[in-house]
Amino acid sequence: MKHRYLPMTESDKKEMLSAVGVQTIDELFEDIPEKVRFKGLYNIKEAKAEPALKKELSALAAKNANAKEYASFLGAGVYDHYAPSIVDHVISRSEFYTAYTPYQPEISQGELQAIFEFQTMICELTGMDVANSSMYDGGTALAEAAMLSAGQTKRTKVLVSETVHPESRDVLRMYAKGQNIEVVEVPHKDGVTDIDRLNELVDSDTAAVIVQYPNFFGAIESLPEVEKAAHGEKAMFVVSSNPLSLGALTPPGKFGADIVIGDAQPFGIPAQFGGPHCGYFAVTKKLMRKVPGRLVGQTHDEEGRRGFVLTLQAREQHIRRDKATSNICSNQALNALAASVAMTALGKAGVREIAVQNLQKAFYARESLKKNGVEIVFDTPVFNEFVVRLNKPVKEVNQKLLEKGIIGGYDLGLTYEGLEKCMLVAVTELRTKEEIELFAKELGDSHE
Amino acid sequence: MNKKDQELIFEVSQPGRIGYSLPELDVPETDVAALLPDGYLREEAPELPEVSELDIMRHYTALSKRNHGIDSGFYPLGSCTMKYNPKINEDVARFDGFAHIHPLQQEETVQGAMELMYDLQEHLKEITGMDEVTLQPAAGAHGEWTGLMMIRAFHEANGDFNRTKVIVPDSAHGTNPASATVAGFETITVKSGEDGLVDLEDLKRVVDETTAALMLTNPNTLGLFEENILEMAEIIHGVGGKLYYDGANLNAVMSKARPGDMGFDVVHLNLHKTFTGPHGGGGPGSGPVGVKADLIPYLPKPVLVKKEGVYHFDYNRPQAIGRVKPFYGNFGINVRAYTYIRSMGPDGLKAVTEYAVLNANYMMRRLAPYFDLPFNRHCKHEFVLSGKRQKKLGVRTLDMAKRLLDFGYHPPTIYFPLNVEECIMIEPTETESKETLDAFIDAMIRIAKEAETNPEIVQEAPHTTVIGRLDETTAARKPVLRYEKELQNV
Repeated sequence: MKHRYLPMTESDKKEMLSAVGVQTIDELFEDIPEKVRFKGLYNIKEAKAEPALKKELSALAAKNANAKEYASFLGAGVYDHYAPSIVDHVISRSEFYTAYTPYQPEISQGELQAIFEFQTMICELTGMDVANSSMYDGGTALAEAAMLSAGQTKRTKVLVSETVHPESRDVLRMYAKGQNIEVVEVPHKDGVTDIDRLNELVDSDTAAVIVQYPNFFGAIESLPEVEKAAHGEKAMFVVSSNPLSLGALTPPGKFGADIVIGDAQPFGIPAQFGGPHCGYFAVTKKLMRKVPGRLVGQTHDEEGRRGFVLTLQAREQHIRRDKATSNICSNQALNALAASVAMTALGKAGVREIAVQNLQKAFYARESLKKNGVEIVFDTPVFNEFVVRLNKPVKEVNQKLLEKGIIGGYDLGLTYEGLEKCMLVAVTELRTKEEIELFAKELGDSHE
Repeated sequence: MNKKDQELIFEVSQPGRIGYSLPELDVPETDVAALLPDGYLREEAPELPEVSELDIMRHYTALSKRNHGIDSGFYPLGSCTMKYNPKINEDVARFDGFAHIHPLQQEETVQGAMELMYDLQEHLKEITGMDEVTLQPAAGAHGEWTGLMMIRAFHEANGDFNRTKVIVPDSAHGTNPASATVAGFETITVKSGEDGLVDLEDLKRVVDETTAALMLTNPNTLGLFEENILEMAEIIHGVGGKLYYDGANLNAVMSKARPGDMGFDVVHLNLHKTFTGPHGGGGPGSGPVGVKADLIPYLPKPVLVKKEGVYHFDYNRPQAIGRVKPFYGNFGINVRAYTYIRSMGPDGLKAVTEYAVLNANYMMRRLAPYFDLPFNRHCKHEFVLSGKRQKKLGVRTLDMAKRLLDFGYHPPTIYFPLNVEECIMIEPTETESKETLDAFIDAMIRIAKEAETNPEIVQEAPHTTVIGRLDETTAARKPVLRYEKELQNV
């Protein structure tokens, strides 16, 4: 058959078969036992030519309500932020996206250096000493942080705040099951981790205390108190953090965090229905040799030229096999590159400005909602998200909002007892004053 | 840095330059300090670069020129299936309706995305011969762990708590034993025989009622089809264990043999290998898992279901192992894989495997006179050579790999699998032309001759790359893992 991805011609085939010493391609498959041989063709859809397939899939895409056409107030871990045009142009360079893991440093310096720069930027934002080359996402990074903590402290219990993303906690429980680690949830009080309960629960079996900053409700946790609780029992202090917020917020490293993890999706990575995003993993120097995943380090060649290599590989699965503490192999390199470009474009000034705008707009939205008679549930300082209580099911209100060109917030009743009819509202720098006011009005009207 | 060095973005930075264009703040400005509790407003700004947009583009363009991708040249990296990454895939994944949809939107607003996922699952079921598929795992290793957790849940649901061991061949990918460990199992290694296949006698010796599963790649990492697969399935099933298929090498058997028909109970696929999701310099990948009927209850939740033409995420799955990843997997990669499958169709996927296997056999036969060929039989999509002969001349496989760089090639996988001395593992894929294969073969033959006549040129390679062999020992002993200005002038 002829296909644009398959260059073999009939005469090539003939020559090659003869070089191999067989008459037909089928002979090359004779080692497959007759009983398991698949005969004929897969019963799948016939091939489509490029224009027709593009048209079909474009129609399929058009069935989805997307954030380019709707004003989105939905966050809950995935955010609609400014993505500089340059990001997609850089990651579309196929020297980057068609490369494999940089195991041959001499012809992979571009990728290696880009990752080295990514590691540096994550360290800068989080206030940590060492960051790896990326993880699958914030959720699995959090689970790996718990595993690292258990290994490091030789303890088997982790405390995780209820204000950590519910899906990250689900993932944590999955990983914990494999490792026989006990996961204990610390309840929230008024939208932040209940410090009294935390102090009661933390003990000498505790490997880690995990909180999110800003937390799932958008609120700022009291990190000094969590730090005291964790370190008081020599447990690891683990903070999951939206790195974009750290343009304006004091970094977790300043509060004594041992491990900071999260997702770099807010930096130039599209929501794409939940993945791929880009987990990051940062630690103190002390934990450098325990980090999961790949690390890029600086070195030099024989002529003294600076170069970069994958390093400290003795930690990893392809060397340690069953002694490895993590099985991660592929990571999210291309998305780490996207995040690097976005962080570079924003730069020192822009990362502050974007974070500050989020604070300002969320504040403005909160005030506008109050004015429209909508109840704000937790009266805590927040970054770019907060909780409101409606007097109708969130689903119903969101349905109405769609008609106005708005994607409404997250229905907290799905995951939190006592927060039925509560909506988690995200307001990024991309939401205009007009959109915010329309949203506030619609939510206010829904009360009538 | 010295003059010849490629600048880091931090070294390009100049105070006061910007590379962004944020919207004007159109709401009344409030005092930020008043919005945060005391001590939470960041005092020291993070040292991110200060550069213009052109600075950024020049920087990354320069970096890209120091990187080899499939589009740059041949990439015969064994076990990685470095085939062409179609451009339509990239276009489709960037459609607004796929790229800019939020995972927590109401289901009615994302029916198109769910339809694509559902249809991809249907296609993967047929391709693998399995009864159900989840798209949740983010990568191959993540899929392995997901599959093993399901096997663990299955045994435990049967009151079988003593199945603590996972058997893995000595030729297996490193992720197999690592995934077994993370899933809480002990790894037992089964030996390969002289013929490169799993030694059935050794397998019988290591299995017992504590066996949870056998993990297998078929064809294995030597590129050989495990002909005794049905006997192996019988041995494992005979003691109540499950058979796990590592789909890294699926490109070798599409339309020729399906894991489901070989007796496998669980399969993971690497959509970034066989199904052209690009490798991205190390990811993101996608690692869907397929299972036979008896394991369906344990699939991670939510499970995508279709009722009366409408798609739903079903969370009501009491026996589900839980959730392995936030949301529904690496959708963006799944879109690319789906686009590829739909571009190929049934005839295309069959041709893919046939040409991948013909290409590998052709290269193997043409190179056999110049290198040691540990397994002299038809291979599947990849094959291994041994550099033993050259090693005697003082030229190691690593040297030959580095010499290939001088000819513009990415070297094959080397020193893997572990059971072949001075191993060179070559996987050409089906998207390469005969001319490309011939040119690479010529380069390999030339290097084999150089090893005899001029070994230094090989030992000292590469000669033409932007940088020479790097001091990896120093990198590991005195790790410099981030940019710090003070550390650059040492």
